[in-house]
Amino acid sequence: MTAITVKSGDPLLEFLLRMGDNSLVLGHRLSEWCGHTPVLEEDIAIANVSLDLVGQTQLWLGFAGEVEGKGHSADNLAYLRDAGGFRNFLLVEQPNGSYGQTLMRQFLFDAWHYYMLRRLEHSSDRRIAEIAEKAVKEVTYHLERSVDLVIRLGDGTQESHALMQEALELLWPYTGQMFDADGFDEVAVKAGIMPDPAEIRPDWDAQVTRTLRAATLEIPQEAFSHKVAARSIHTEHLGYILADMQFLQRAYPGATW
Amino acid sequence: MGETETRPELDEVWSWLGQVPDPEIPVISLVDLGIIRDVEWLDDRLVVTVTPTYSGCPATSMINFEIEKALRGHGIADLELKRQLSPAWTTDWISAEGLEKLRDYGIAPPLRNMGEQVPCPRCGSLDTELISQFGSTPCKSNWRCKACLEPFERFKCH
Ligand SMILES: [Zn+2]
Repeated sequence: MTAITVKSGDPLLEFLLRMGDNSLVLGHRLSEWCGHTPVLEEDIAIANVSLDLVGQTQLWLGFAGEVEGKGHSADNLAYLRDAGGFRNFLLVEQPNGSYGQTLMRQFLFDAWHYYMLRRLEHSSDRRIAEIAEKAVKEVTYHLERSVDLVIRLGDGTQESHALMQEALELLWPYTGQMFDADGFDEVAVKAGIMPDPAEIRPDWDAQVTRTLRAATLEIPQEAFSHKVAARSIHTEHLGYILADMQFLQRAYPGATW
Repeated sequence: MGETETRPELDEVWSWLGQVPDPEIPVISLVDLGIIRDVEWLDDRLVVTVTPTYSGCPATSMINFEIEKALRGHGIADLELKRQLSPAWTTDWISAEGLEKLRDYGIAPPLRNMGEQVPCPRCGSLDTELISQFGSTPCKSNWRCKACLEPFERFKCH
């Protein structure tokens, strides 16, 4: 099986790939912790969150494959596209780092994910509204958990506080991308498929400010935000994720069990 | 042969499905769990509508397999399994009988009217504490009873 390229053009398809790629890449990142977390409870929790995200990926990419109309399944889209074909945010492909860094990344994404899905429940596309209705139930407890842990570690020991502050400063410049819109977004917003990404910002800001304050962490005042010309552009980390995730299907095309 | 003679009554199909155990918690059936949303005949085809508990639930494909196995075993030849996402599954759909079976099995059932209180499924004490938000599966959390000192799982309200 050769690599799949999904041509850009249809804003609905583009939107579905973006949602699916975010949950896929982050779900895979979290699965890297399985068997390696500091405590057993966290191992189980993070594996469960990973599982939810990969489950949601199947819904988004499954729909994307239908919209594309070339007979590609969610699995085909996950395993056979190259890095340049992925549309996920730079934030979710960042390395796990310390456990605190993983939790900070999770919190910054969960807050966006939650408010995005809440709005997508009212999408003009019925299938998107249904997927969002299902996913938001899961993402609600993802956010509850990451808020709780960010506060506990931020307002924890001197060491955990320092690690969380460092993680926040490292990841902060990647958050701006979640609220940027491009031409595809603009068409999808006009069609009522998705909300304007900028519209999510006030809710996200409020949640982040509230949580980080309680965590005694300082919100970076740095306005710098990583900008990319297109969603197909990634940091070097994505290639390594795909090499790991896609290895089996690339080495043994069509392998099943 | 007329169609009506070859098609089992829907009540009968429901009772067959009521005997299919949930793969992860075999004391309750798929009907108890509330994930079978509809059963209907479309001409000679039996259409069973199933909703997933959690989108990443690894038991989903197993559940479909078990439904298919059971119904084929009862002679259903033309079968379609339909996935329905909305309305999203909630633990409120677990039957009263299912809640009882969970408790007997040692899993604290999801009860919304208990608020924050989670009675120990073994001794009934309300002196219990949460150990971990996530248990062996996404649908369960881990608890400990401070009265009888036993750990137990709770089926979370979802
Ligand atoms: Zn007890």
